[in-house]
Amino acid sequence: MRDRYDILVIGGGISGITATLEAAETGFSVLLVEKEAYLGGKVAGMNQYFPKLCPPYCGLEINFRRIRENTNIDLQTSTIVRTVEGSEGDFQVTLETLPTHVNENCTCCGECVLVCPVERSDPFNLGLSQTKAIYLSHDLAFPSRFTIDPVVCLKEECGKCVDACTYQAIDLTEKSNQITVHTSAIVVATGWKLYDAAKLTDLKFGVYPDVITSMMLERMAAPNGAFHGKVVRPSNGETPANIAFVQCAGSRDENHLPYCSGICCSASMKQALFLAEKYPEATIRIFYIDLRVMGRNEDFLNTVENHPGIELIKGKIAGIKQSENGEHLILEAENIMSGKKETTQADLVVLALGIQPNPVELKEVIFDESGFISPANLIPGFYAAGCCRNPMDVSMSVKDATGTALKAIQSVVKTKVVR
Amino acid sequence: MNQDINNRIGVFLCTGCSIGDRLDIDSLREICSREEQVVLSEVHPFLCHADCCKEISDVIAAHTLDKLVIGACSPRVKRKELFFESIHTERVNLREQVVWCHSSGDEDTQMLAEDYMRMGIARAKTTGIPDPEIKPDLTTDILVVGGGITGMSAAIESAKAGYRVFLVEREETLGGKAALLYKQIPAQPPYDQLAEPIVHQMISETESEQGIEIFRSTTIQSISGQPGEFDILLSEKGRMKQIKAASIIMATGWKPYDATRLKEYAYGKNPNVITSHELEDMVDGSTILRPSDKKPVRRVLFIQCAGSRDRNHLPYCSTYCCGTSLKQAKYFRDMNPDSQVFIIYRDIRAYGTIEYFYKEVQKDQHIFMTKGVVSGVAIAGDELAVEVKESLIDDIFCVNVDLVVLATGMVPNDAEDLNLTYRLGKGLPGLKYDFPDSHFICFPYETRRTGIYAAGNLRTPGFIPMCMEDAAGAAMKAIQCAELTRQGKSVHPRSGDRSYPELFMQRCTDCKRCTEECPFGSYDETEKGTPLPNPNRCRRCGICVGSCPERIINFQDFSIHAISSMIKTIEVPDEFEEKPRVLAFVCENDAYPAFDMAGIQRLEYSAFLRIIPVRCIGSVNPVWISDALSKGFDGILLIGCKPGENYQCHYIHGSELVETRGENIRETLKTMMLEPERIRTEFLEINEYYRIPDIVNGFLEEIETMGPNPFKGL
Repeated sequence: MRDRYDILVIGGGISGITATLEAAETGFSVLLVEKEAYLGGKVAGMNQYFPKLCPPYCGLEINFRRIRENTNIDLQTSTIVRTVEGSEGDFQVTLETLPTHVNENCTCCGECVLVCPVERSDPFNLGLSQTKAIYLSHDLAFPSRFTIDPVVCLKEECGKCVDACTYQAIDLTEKSNQITVHTSAIVVATGWKLYDAAKLTDLKFGVYPDVITSMMLERMAAPNGAFHGKVVRPSNGETPANIAFVQCAGSRDENHLPYCSGICCSASMKQALFLAEKYPEATIRIFYIDLRVMGRNEDFLNTVENHPGIELIKGKIAGIKQSENGEHLILEAENIMSGKKETTQADLVVLALGIQPNPVELKEVIFDESGFISPANLIPGFYAAGCCRNPMDVSMSVKDATGTALKAIQSVVKTKVVR
Repeated sequence: MNQDINNRIGVFLCTGCSIGDRLDIDSLREICSREEQVVLSEVHPFLCHADCCKEISDVIAAHTLDKLVIGACSPRVKRKELFFESIHTERVNLREQVVWCHSSGDEDTQMLAEDYMRMGIARAKTTGIPDPEIKPDLTTDILVVGGGITGMSAAIESAKAGYRVFLVEREETLGGKAALLYKQIPAQPPYDQLAEPIVHQMISETESEQGIEIFRSTTIQSISGQPGEFDILLSEKGRMKQIKAASIIMATGWKPYDATRLKEYAYGKNPNVITSHELEDMVDGSTILRPSDKKPVRRVLFIQCAGSRDRNHLPYCSTYCCGTSLKQAKYFRDMNPDSQVFIIYRDIRAYGTIEYFYKEVQKDQHIFMTKGVVSGVAIAGDELAVEVKESLIDDIFCVNVDLVVLATGMVPNDAEDLNLTYRLGKGLPGLKYDFPDSHFICFPYETRRTGIYAAGNLRTPGFIPMCMEDAAGAAMKAIQCAELTRQGKSVHPRSGDRSYPELFMQRCTDCKRCTEECPFGSYDETEKGTPLPNPNRCRRCGICVGSCPERIINFQDFSIHAISSMIKTIEVPDEFEEKPRVLAFVCENDAYPAFDMAGIQRLEYSAFLRIIPVRCIGSVNPVWISDALSKGFDGILLIGCKPGENYQCHYIHGSELVETRGENIRETLKTMMLEPERIRTEFLEINEYYRIPDIVNGFLEEIETMGPNPFKGL
């Protein structure tokens, strides 16, 4: 850790990682701060990217390798930014580390997990599976280190992991720490979360277990996911035979998210292709308002349109009920082409929810009426990249972060001359 | 540094993470100490701990060691800890790829560990920390080709970061297609007001920016050289001018799709059928008049996706047309409150904030939008009769209008305008639909011509804000390339790599396979037809190492000799021991991490496998395969990233080359009277680690059926 960096990047998802790397490889010192114990944000949890249907780990591995090799980069995971003072050229930033109770001595040998008596719901798998209180975030966790969930850990009452660890890597007394650093420019890359599906009361998320979110499906489909790549109906653990995607769930809606998130159509199509291949017997339908597939991904849309196992229906899903025997879900759709209201059955419903930026509690970070950070509103020296700024897919996030790295560098260069 | 003599090697073995429990470490240490040039061989319980690393540093100094071989965890972890300045360090993976995936205390596991340590020592003897080649007089100036929105943005962003920019534009004025715009789609509230075009302000900014030198009415005659020192010959109004640049941003933009091909819409038959491009040019704030009789347009119909999303024309969506038609609909409505606008669409693609603009436009009762397919445009007196089918309203309906506007798509301009003197061609290779783009989602600025970055609508269709952002991204990469090249380092994916290909020209036969197979056009040809390397174009993939039949191409830390030495030091048991041996060349990008993850998951597979990590399976030279077979290996696996249309290979066609070279390798096998099935290529994605036991064990079963390699023990 240094006292001073050229650039501070807040958020270690694909955008933050990219902004960090592009600036660091050009010769600037960067501190990357991430609140989770691992880098990769949302993409680390995805099964595939559209339209190539390639695994996110591939690009992440290259990026992690680039980070490992680069002495211009320092990482602070399990850390948040508390306050920022100063101005472009010299911001004083106070960071707060969140205790994980596992330090850099950890070798990932895994002996601690074997003795830990506590199990907890795994947020990485969105509650679909469990881990022990001490755990490795996911298969390609970077930094390569275990973490303890301080909420469920029995701490000194138990201490079994400390006894099992040959490397003095565990300190159950670890407290939060404050660190101050100086930096010339700050890039906010705090990413997104799905719109809260529970607010869509007609769609019954949280009421019927077989109504799931797009990310939950991703965590089932992923080979490192909750069920090793198997997609199941949460209600009974069986393979779904009839899957329905609800597009624009909470999007383009004055009562929820007024804008279009732009990526949910492609994401559902990607998931539909995955399901059609894995479960060729299943009925798969996507209920949409408009099919928004960007630019040259038209052939991706064609593949889906021509796929015998997938049906695209222009119709908004207005509500979800349960069948009388409780075994299926009943969807109420407004079929726009026929103009009629129809009901149809499904046994797994995937809500293609829109995305919102994650909240950021810094006075300098201003969200506009659409809820996203507007770079034009930020003070000089502050920048925003990726989904915290606008909904975008991975390729666009990386492009955005690359351009933003240059803007941050401009601040560094400008203020170096002045000083 | 690549000498096999006079090395002073220190071997350090870690017994942590079960390595000590599952192997006979003392025996292993003993074997290492007996190797030539190994000065000492030590065992430690917790090698990556700071105290231990300090001890090692002391040992290095005390014994004047110049190379280390560390037998411990994977080289992908504990990198910072096990790093010793200026000391070449070989990491031998005894954890993830030995004790975590093979039986504890087993003889075969022990033999595996012994071989890996010997291989590590052999590699240490024959490789070293590379000395970069840094050419003198490299520049950091940036060339931007194209003075439209994208080019100007790239130039301004580069100049603001302190770099000198040459901006070349073929017209006399800057602005490109954006100069035609009457108004722009609003990107912020209020969304019911069209915005002023940004191009004029951008032209002023570009013209007043000190760091930008503008060349107008200028085309590129030729570009030769390499990153850091591209030699560019310009033709400025007919006069030749020479400039030098470190890297290049290509922002030459687009042209509208040729509407004369859209016969079904009567374009060319009636002057009142125009394209959105032609409409934009016509609009100047006064009433919009029909081309035929100059009467004001009262009823206009927009046909969306005219020649787009259509296999017979442009198969893709150009992204900007829906928003543009909504904007142009507002032109008519703002200027003539009595006008009526019809928009026939397939999908309204109003992304992001354009959705808000769409909502505003929808409030206007005089703009009528419907999903539908235009089945014909006929001339009806002095009007046009448009027939629409498959719509939301009715099966077929007909509407008569004064003007029909075809919302046509974008076609990228010719990337060959770069006029590169590269042997592999003049331009940036086109990918899907001829856009010179990257095929990688995570690396959108990946380029097949190092140091040359496409940006804007040349690269992918989109709106102005997207082009401006893209320009900043391309500028970042161009600057980064200039800076890395200045230090003799490679760019992505082997960022920071200081090795470069060295050719022993005395044995070159001019076959030029290196030149043809290099994915990045790194090799040119001399007048005599001899390959000419350009190290600053090199991405250090090593595909040329694999391509050379004479084996004259080597990197200081990845050479024919190094890998051959590793193979030769492996102990292959004779045919009576019933312990087959399979050699696997494993790509370091995806396959090697997958093997590590298999270890982390404690998946078991045969200990008869020996892994050699390589930069790309395209870097595997056939001589290594011959070496392995002569040594008595029963089978060979090449495990890398998949080729094909959706290639994952980080070097474009490395894994594909394995297939084409496969022919020669099979010939070799035939002459050796060996079954071609003894060599297999497998494509493994990084998250497919669960397939590894099946791949390895399955292959070994087949090998055992074939029987041992007859060359064993000879």
